Amino acid sequence: MVKVKFFAMLKIKAGREEANLAAPGSISLEKFKDILKKDFPGIAEFIDRKSVMISVNQEFATKDTMIKDGDEVALLPPFSGG
Amino acid sequence: MVRIQKQDFSVTEEIERVKRASKSIGGVVAFLGTARDISKGEEIVKLDFEHYPGMAEKKLQEIRERALTNFNIIEMGIVHRIGKIDSGDNIVLIVTAAQHRNDAFMACEWAIAELKRIAPIWKKETTRKGEVWVEEHP
Repeated sequence: MVKVKFFAMLKIKAGREEANLAAPGSISLEKFKDILKKDFPGIAEFIDRKSVMISVNQEFATKDTMIKDGDEVALLPPFSGG
Repeated sequence: MVRIQKQDFSVTEEIERVKRASKSIGGVVAFLGTARDISKGEEIVKLDFEHYPGMAEKKLQEIRERALTNFNIIEMGIVHRIGKIDSGDNIVLIVTAAQHRNDAFMACEWAIAELKRIAPIWKKETTRKGEVWVEEHP
C-alpha cells in the first residue's frame, strides 16, 4: 500500500488526512495521479495544478519519480509559512 | 539549531544560542515574523499554522546547511511556530551570525525567502468572514 497524506486546504477538500492506496508494482507519478483523481474526485482539479506539489518519502517528486509499495506520498498545496 | 514548536520562543535566548557558536562572530542579524492583525482589509481574529511533521523540519535543516555552505556565515538558527497564533505574536525567527554584517544580512534574507518557498508549512487565517488557507507568498 501507498500512504497518501493531505494537508491544509486539500485535507478539507478530501475530507480526510490520510488514505492507503494500492499501487501495482512501481508506477510513475503521472499514473499515480490518475489513481488519485479517480479515488478522490473532490480534489481532482487540484492534483494537476502547478502550484500543488507532491512529495514522495518527504522529498519533492519530479515527473521521473516512481512510486512503489510502502512509499509515503503527500499532496502539498501552496506553502504559506514564515 | 532548527525547531518547529507550538510554544512561543524568546528572541534573546535564540540569539544567545546562535552567538555561543563562536567568538569570531562580529555581527548577528535576526528576522522575526509576527502575526499581523489585518489581511486584505479584513481584521484577522486568529491564525493557525499546520506543518508536515518530519518533512518541514528536514527542509528547515536543509536551509540551514545550504546557508552555511553558500554564505560566509558562522551559524544560523531557525524556529517556526505551529498551531494557534494570536495577532502580534511571534511566528518565525531566523538568526544568522557572521564575522561581518553583510554576510549575515544576505544569508538571513535568503533563508526566509527559501523557507517560504520550500518548507511545507501552511497558514489558515480566520476573519469575521470565515476561515481561509492562505495560498500566496507575499
